[in-house]
Amino acid sequence: MGLLYDRLTKDVRFVEGLKACLNCGTCTAICPAAEFYNYQPRQIAETLQTRDDNRIEALLKSDTIWYCGECMSCVTRCPRGNAPGLLITVLRTASQDLGYFIESEKGRQQLALKRTVGDWILQYGYCLFPANILPENHPEQGPIWEWEHDHLEPVMDRLGANYKKTGPGVLRKVPDEDLEELKKIFDVTGGTARFQKIEELSRRKAEEMGMEFDDTMTNEYFRHIYTTNSKKHTEGE
Amino acid sequence: MKIEGKKRLWQEYQKEIPDDRYFYVRSCVRQNFFPASEKAFLQIMKGELGKDVYENASHTTCSGIGYHSDVVPFETSMTIIARQFALMTSSGYENLVTSCITSFGLYNEVLETWHHFPEVLEKVRNFLRQATGQEFTIPKNVSHASDVIYKFRREIGEKGTFRLVNRYTGKPLRGVEHIGCHYSKMFPSKGVGGAEYPHVLVGMIEDWGGEVIDYPERRHCCGFGFRQYLVQANRGYSISCSRKKFESMAPYKPDFILTNCPGCPMFLDRWQYALGEMEGVTYGENGQGIPVLTYEELAGMVLGYNPWDLGLQVHQVPVEPLLDKIGIPYDPEAKFLGKGGEYLGKPEAPSVLKFY
Repeated sequence: MGLLYDRLTKDVRFVEGLKACLNCGTCTAICPAAEFYNYQPRQIAETLQTRDDNRIEALLKSDTIWYCGECMSCVTRCPRGNAPGLLITVLRTASQDLGYFIESEKGRQQLALKRTVGDWILQYGYCLFPANILPENHPEQGPIWEWEHDHLEPVMDRLGANYKKTGPGVLRKVPDEDLEELKKIFDVTGGTARFQKIEELSRRKAEEMGMEFDDTMTNEYFRHIYTTNSKKHTEGE
Repeated sequence: MKIEGKKRLWQEYQKEIPDDRYFYVRSCVRQNFFPASEKAFLQIMKGELGKDVYENASHTTCSGIGYHSDVVPFETSMTIIARQFALMTSSGYENLVTSCITSFGLYNEVLETWHHFPEVLEKVRNFLRQATGQEFTIPKNVSHASDVIYKFRREIGEKGTFRLVNRYTGKPLRGVEHIGCHYSKMFPSKGVGGAEYPHVLVGMIEDWGGEVIDYPERRHCCGFGFRQYLVQANRGYSISCSRKKFESMAPYKPDFILTNCPGCPMFLDRWQYALGEMEGVTYGENGQGIPVLTYEELAGMVLGYNPWDLGLQVHQVPVEPLLDKIGIPYDPEAKFLGKGGEYLGKPEAPSVLKFY
């Protein structure tokens, strides 16, 4: 048994997620990610069961752990009550805690997720905020979203929202004292530390890759991780 | 099999849903993309059914999208959820109702974790004390808002003005239902009908006069996949999942798609547009798409609410063909007007999907 494996077992989601995998592959059969990417949840469980630190470290540095969509379809189907999707959450936590996420193309995308969803939680109290869902970053949202985005306040008003106003209601302004409480929760539970780690290691990686890096979402490194797909992730590419 | 045995067998697929006094927590995705649905839910619960539904303005996101994008640690999400419980406790409520399926799944994951690992619950209680000084009681019941509409589906049907019947043919309208993955795939006992026979949307469609279509990819994910949609480079995953579903359901010629997760209707709506632009394909009749609805929108339609008050104008796949089949009146000229009747311009038409 290795040190890295021991570390994973300290996460309660690992205890819940891996009992005894018989490698039947049912999880792979039901998995939407396995259908799209070069990915098999069965192999994740198999690698973990070897308890081989070298293999686990390679996994934590790979694109593989970032292919899952966390839909948890595998949980319903496993005949032994394992939860490969839950194991993925454990592996992604470890990959970030140990600084391995910057070693893979898909792992480096954590900066984009931190600077959007992560920062919006602390800034607005919501995971998503309509003014920040820019049509140029979301062409798939179509002309309807472009129209809505161009007329956000009157459209939200028409639809009965309380957009950016005080009191209860849809997309209300979350009071500053409540946002302050969220920030304190992040501070005491490790959320702030994770955000700082993602920022710092991404900055170093950008330097190593010779890319411009600042705190905007338009810098070269951010655009690179947000839009680049090396196309080595799916079969036949 | 004897009736008693059958009843016992089905017992595990039942779920207790409280009949009043709900503490309501909103959904990030639904507020952004279907704001009128949350308004309709409250209007139905309070105005039509006379129920007590309370919203505390201090509640926030549960952080679920951040958690499943793996940028928010589990301890942080658990403590944010503990804070929501503290607000519920101090407001004097015990039944939590959530608008979001990601939240519903995460609330259940957190409660199950605390049940199996009481030391984690104690740790989270300490985190919350340290951060905000709050204490909390664990809710007696956690339901999704679709569970509650399901519970009162018959009352809604009786009060309703319209039935899900094609007025031209007299036949029931044919719907496909799409259950959000985190509703019952992780914790089957928490959903009506479990993971194998989720009945929460079927019950609504059938009780309101429609017919449910079974199709091969009925239980496949819509393709959100959190990071698989949120990062532009990964969106091939997301659109491929939705495409698989459309290809599988289209031969059955559904009149509409009904959803209970706030994300799924947005993806199933927008990806129809994107597939039109990318592949020139449409999945409805005559170049139209298949209208995608939230359960609040469908309930509101049955109750005869104005379609533009329900927010049907912010769908990329027009819902008018379905309104026409049911016979629900609407004013096309009012579709893109603001609250005071001011004209807000019109969205451009997609190049393939029929919009005007």
